[in-house]
Amino acid sequence: MRVRPIRIFVILVASLIPITLAAIFIFLTLYSWPAIQFNGVHFLFGRIWDLGNLYRNPVMVHGTSVPRGANYGILVFIVGTLATSFIALLLSLPISLLVAMFLAEGVPEQFRPALSLVVELLASVPSVVYGLWGYAVLIPFVANFLGPALASVAGFIPFFSGPVGSGYGLLTASLVLAIMTVPIITSTVYSGLIRVPREIKEATFALGATRFEVVRKVMLPSVRKNVIGAVILGLGRALGETMAVLMVSGGALNYLPGTIYSPITTMAAFIVSQLDSALQDPTGMAVHSLAEIALVLLMIAVLVNIVARALTGGQGHIAYG
Amino acid sequence: MASLTSRALQRRVYSAVSWVLCTFAFALVAFPLFDILAIVFRRGASAISPGLFTQVTNGISGGLLNAIEGTLVLSGGSLLFAVPIGVIAGIYLSEYGHGMFGKVVRFLCDVLTGVPSIVLGYFAYVTMVVELGWQFSALAGAITLAIMIVPYIARFSELELSQIPYSLREAGYALGMKERTVIAHILFPIAWPGILTGILLALAISVGETAPLIYTAGWSNYMWNGHLTKEPIGYLTYVIWSFINQPFASAHALAFAAAFLVVFTVLLINVGARLLVKRRRYFE
Repeated sequence: MRVRPIRIFVILVASLIPITLAAIFIFLTLYSWPAIQFNGVHFLFGRIWDLGNLYRNPVMVHGTSVPRGANYGILVFIVGTLATSFIALLLSLPISLLVAMFLAEGVPEQFRPALSLVVELLASVPSVVYGLWGYAVLIPFVANFLGPALASVAGFIPFFSGPVGSGYGLLTASLVLAIMTVPIITSTVYSGLIRVPREIKEATFALGATRFEVVRKVMLPSVRKNVIGAVILGLGRALGETMAVLMVSGGALNYLPGTIYSPITTMAAFIVSQLDSALQDPTGMAVHSLAEIALVLLMIAVLVNIVARALTGGQGHIAYG
Repeated sequence: MASLTSRALQRRVYSAVSWVLCTFAFALVAFPLFDILAIVFRRGASAISPGLFTQVTNGISGGLLNAIEGTLVLSGGSLLFAVPIGVIAGIYLSEYGHGMFGKVVRFLCDVLTGVPSIVLGYFAYVTMVVELGWQFSALAGAITLAIMIVPYIARFSELELSQIPYSLREAGYALGMKERTVIAHILFPIAWPGILTGILLALAISVGETAPLIYTAGWSNYMWNGHLTKEPIGYLTYVIWSFINQPFASAHALAFAAAFLVVFTVLLINVGARLLVKRRRYFE
């Protein structure tokens, strides 16, 4: 067979994508290797992140030079990440399903483009602008209205009891993430719904079902896989979200959230917030440990995405990130 | 409707109430969008002044000229890398990517879009900024943004190219065209508006990105001096994040002005990209 230069050229360029992904994995692992050796399993289960005394001479621990008293545990950030993502999805899933059903069957066809544009534009708002909005609008709203209201209505449940605090914290971060995951879940479910074969809809109408029963009891169950995939895609987005969470979460260090109003930190937000302090560490162990957080986050995100793509077949949501 | 049984009535009421709930959910989703736009446009527009476009940031006041320039350099630079790679990868996926390797590339492309941007930023930090010794620089920032947007451009290009009927390619081959001629003279003229849409959407993403740039581009109060490495560069999204935390009104005004410029640009690009797709549909 003749060798076609054009084919070799496009294959080489296209392989840059897998190579980049592999490089991200390999270099993060290499760079965090000293931290992986020093921290061990304690990294995932320790609650205390302490850079140690950066002004005294480093000490040798297990043959590695680290600042005196340094201790790197990220359990607090793992809990913060999971808690915000979980609450966010709990809020955004039902809303997204309702919106997807509304767009697919609830509105006349000529209004659909305009209404789905709202959802698409919501996906295009940069995360730092969500953070700005959260700071300017959501935090006062949570501190002065939503928080006190929740605490007085559901305060008998320990997780919801006050004090409400400043508005920075788990609740606000979850609300912002909920809004950010709505477009992902909605568009994935919606693109599944509009692909449901016409015959199935017509058969259900012929049985005397109302329009809502058709979309709720026949169409939605038939795209169950899309729904699960959409939720996991949304999870991927929520887990890795950085700026919006950083700006509204309050940046807790070294303690686990006691109530829904507690300040928290997520892994992604913590990496950004720590750059300056970590650079002060002459041994570099803090920067290596941050790389280890990035590695953990990468592995979670890749795993979540593999599951999501496998379930949705990689369709219908390439425009959202 | 006198013959309606109570069960049928119940079902109708249930359906009607559910539709109201759906409409309410939509309103609940639309409200944040309009509120974000309203607050950014109201507080941002009032902070817009000619000085914004003629002065550099000075502490917590001054203008945004350095940040505007930086955003243009970083996003434009990222397109220089991402467009050729993304479009060619898209050609590969659409024209040759039906085997095992094509499936792997397509899948990893989707996985790469799901990698949190801060992870990309930290990867770029340890490789380019630290190990290669580029320090905070325009090149490191632009390459990081390029890694982020390549998969979008690739998948969009693939989608556009794969929608072209196979008979057009066969017609080209029947005339004795080479593969590269078919791609350049048959497929590309048809697919370019769609590919351009993908590129524009990717550009919008890069304009709004913050987290990876903090670790790669740094921040600078001055105009970019044209050095690709060892010279930090400013960008608009940094102003939003950093200045809103300052307790000064002038800093807040700058943050909202920057947000106004970013949101306005992103929306303009998004709407423009959609119009491009629509126009193409009419002419086909």
